[in-house]
Formats: sequence, C-alpha cells, structure tokens
Amino acid sequence: MAEMSTAPAQARRNGHAPEAEAEPEPQLEDGGSLFTRVVRAVAGQAQRRIPRADLDERDPDFIRERLPLMWLVASIWFRGEVRGLGNIPDSGPVLLVGNHSGGNLTPDTIVFTLAFNAYFGVERAFYQLAHSLVLAMPAMGSLRKFGTVAASPQNARKALEAGAALLVYPGGDYEVHRPSWESGRVDFDRRKGFIRLALERNVPLVPVVSIGGQETALFLARGDRLARLLALDRMFRLKVLPISIAAPWGLNVGDMLGHLPMPAKITIETLPAIDLRAEFGASPDLDEVYDHVVRLMQDTLDALAAERRLPIIG
Amino acid sequence: MRVAAHAHVSAPPSLVWDVISDPTRQLSYMSGITRWEVEGDRPTGLGARYRMLLRVGSAEVGGVIELVEFAPPREIAWTSVTGVDQRGRWRLREAPGGRTDVELRLAYGVAGSGLGGWVAEHVAARTVGAHLRRTVQQLRRLVEAEQVRVRAAARRTGRSS
Repeated sequence: MAEMSTAPAQARRNGHAPEAEAEPEPQLEDGGSLFTRVVRAVAGQAQRRIPRADLDERDPDFIRERLPLMWLVASIWFRGEVRGLGNIPDSGPVLLVGNHSGGNLTPDTIVFTLAFNAYFGVERAFYQLAHSLVLAMPAMGSLRKFGTVAASPQNARKALEAGAALLVYPGGDYEVHRPSWESGRVDFDRRKGFIRLALERNVPLVPVVSIGGQETALFLARGDRLARLLALDRMFRLKVLPISIAAPWGLNVGDMLGHLPMPAKITIETLPAIDLRAEFGASPDLDEVYDHVVRLMQDTLDALAAERRLPIIG
Repeated sequence: MRVAAHAHVSAPPSLVWDVISDPTRQLSYMSGITRWEVEGDRPTGLGARYRMLLRVGSAEVGGVIELVEFAPPREIAWTSVTGVDQRGRWRLREAPGGRTDVELRLAYGVAGSGLGGWVAEHVAARTVGAHLRRTVQQLRRLVEAEQVRVRAAARRTGRSS
C-alpha cells in the first residue's frame, strides 16, 4: 500500500488519460553501462506487469466468500481488534487515512479490510490504494478483486467520485518499512496529497490508527540510500530497499517476496471524521491541517502503545 | 453451523414475548450485539427489518435481517438479507407452573466460502454459542426481575384500593 504517484505513464497504465497537472515521468539518466541496461530491462518487465486499474474489478461476491478466511487470520493469528468503526459515516464518499506498518504484507490492511467489509457489508464500495509494484507481485492479482487499485490521484478521485470509501496510506513505502523501534511513530514524510484530495472532493477525512504491524518482523532499516544508489526511486518509484529479519528468509532485503509475519496483536482505532473546511475554513492551510491530523494520530498511537505490555503479545 | 441455547424462565410466555419482540430492548440483554437498528418503516412484526452486528473475534459480523415468522407469543424467526448468511429463531413454550421454556437458535455461514469458511464457522461456534447462552440467561434475569416488579406493583395497588 502506498502514497499516490502522479506520473502520466502511471495514469495511462491505469486506464486514464494523463492530466495536465501530472508530473513528468521519471526518466533514467542516459547511460550505456551493462548495469543500467540490465536494471532498465528489469524495470520494463516489472512495469508491464502492473495491471490496469479498473474500479469495476472489485468483486463483492469474491470478498464475501473470502471474509471467513480473513476472519480466521485476523482473529487467530493477529488477534485483531478494531475500534470506532461507528465514527465512519454510514454512507457517501469518505477518505480513510491510515498509518502503515508491517512491510509489504501489511497485516493492518488485512484486519481493517475485514472489519470494514463485515461492519458495512460488502455492498458498500471500499477501495484501497496500493503501490503499483505490490499489485505487480506474483499471486497478488486477487487484491484487485478486494478493491485494491494502484496509487494515483486519478484512481483516488475516481473512487471518491463513485461515492466509495477510500483507504490511503500517505506514508506509503517510506512508513511501512520504518525500523521496528520507530513502531510508535506516525511518519508521513510530510506528504500532503491526501489533504489536497479531501479538499478537492470535499469529503470527510477519517484517521485510522494502527499498532502492532511493525512487530511482525524485525525491521532494521529502510535502505533509502541503497534505493537511491540502485536508482530504484527513478525506475520503480521505490524510495526504499528495506532490510529486515523475517521468517522464513532470515535476512530479508527488499521484502519483494513478502515474509511470514509474526503473530503480533494488531489494534486499530478509527477516529471521528474531520470536515476540513468546517474546522479550518474555506481555504485551509495544508501545513496546519497536516500537523493537526498527524498530531491527532500520533496521540492515538501513543495511547495504543501505552496499552501494550509486551511486543508481539500486545 | 448451527448453535442453540435454552433457558427456563419463571414467567409466562407473554412477558418473555414482550421483551424479545421489542427492537428497542435487544441491546439490553443480547450478548455481543453492538448494533440493532430498525431498517425501514416497520419496527416490529412480519417483514420488519433490522441492521444487527455481533462481535465475534476481530470483526463485528451481521448485516440486515428480516423477520419471516412472527407468531405471538410463540415464535419469531428471521433470515439474513445482506451480510453473513443466517437463520435465527426464538421458540417460547408454556411450561407447568406459569413458566416458559425458551430456546434461541442460530444457523450461520457464508455460502461459497469453501474449506476456510467451514473452519471459520467451527472456530466461531464457541464464541457464538457463548453469546447465545449469555443472551438467554440475561433474558431470563430481565424477565424475572420485571415480573417481580409487576407483582409488587399489583400488590401495592391492591393494598391502596
């Protein structure tokens, strides 16, 4: 799951015309070294695997039939606990903004997706934005049936225009691979696209705070410098090349094949909806809203952390 | 999966019926229920619909249900319209000594969920069964306490007249 990327190439892949305000597509610097050519070839292959986004791919019957299995995983393995779902408006478009934890196999998303679909019913449209590469991973095709679409402003707008609930993780790959000892920190890397989106579509914003995901492996480093060195940021929009110790690999670099998560207790708290214009005026200051939302989420995360007695056990 | 719970209530069926047929009272005695709201214009009776949720494990499961049998003071049955597939039934039978035998049944599952669904239904049965047992016991206590109040009120009325 990830933040929204804005390149026109991404938009084309997702079945939308590129928009005027979109940023130019990142280009690899010209270079003829063997390394650059190999990396470019791999990047090309990976980009071709990224499926087109189509909101109609969400399949309520498929979700309904998978809910019991998700319930087993969420209830037994993660002992998931989701509070405050009543804070989400019963109908209409809503932007759910979460902190993100647990590496590429995000347990907080599994637990929340189950809870949302069970609470509101699979009939209510619910989409989640994910990093394009997550959707390109082998065996991850079924995510699209759950309503997962590639992160882009176009897809986000389309989902909200359709009256759906949309879950975004502004911290994206940067936050999800933070070291385990920063588990109790909300870190969106000052990304404010979610605020622009809520203002543009005039939808309520509901913060969703989770804890426990970063205890499902021992996350050692984001590897952001390594990612820059290998040009992953320019090729795949990957800001990180995470390094962790995780089952069954031991030392796990990249987490591209996922890992077997430790059975850490996942607790999620949904906060009351925020009407940005009602609280911050007709033209809110983005920095002020950002600081407010992050502070609110950080306070909640601190309270959830105070409830935990032991890592993993909860 | 089918689970059931029984209780003997020291009160006549009509008093038990008054409680179980009143949608505003479900939250006061039904264990694990986090939401019970009337959907539509009909608050009770055949065809009445409710949105209900029951906490089981890490989710609140349920959906919209509709009353498909409503026979005072003996039977109420419902079936799911949306959400988890479920059929439920209250059976009230008059017992000797002005008592009532109460049975609450619930059959639930998700059609098409395969082996995962079968395992989940059996794992959930322990929690659901416990909720049902607590529900009938809480109903028994509620109705019997109400009967005591009704009798006391009748005695006070008798003394004052």
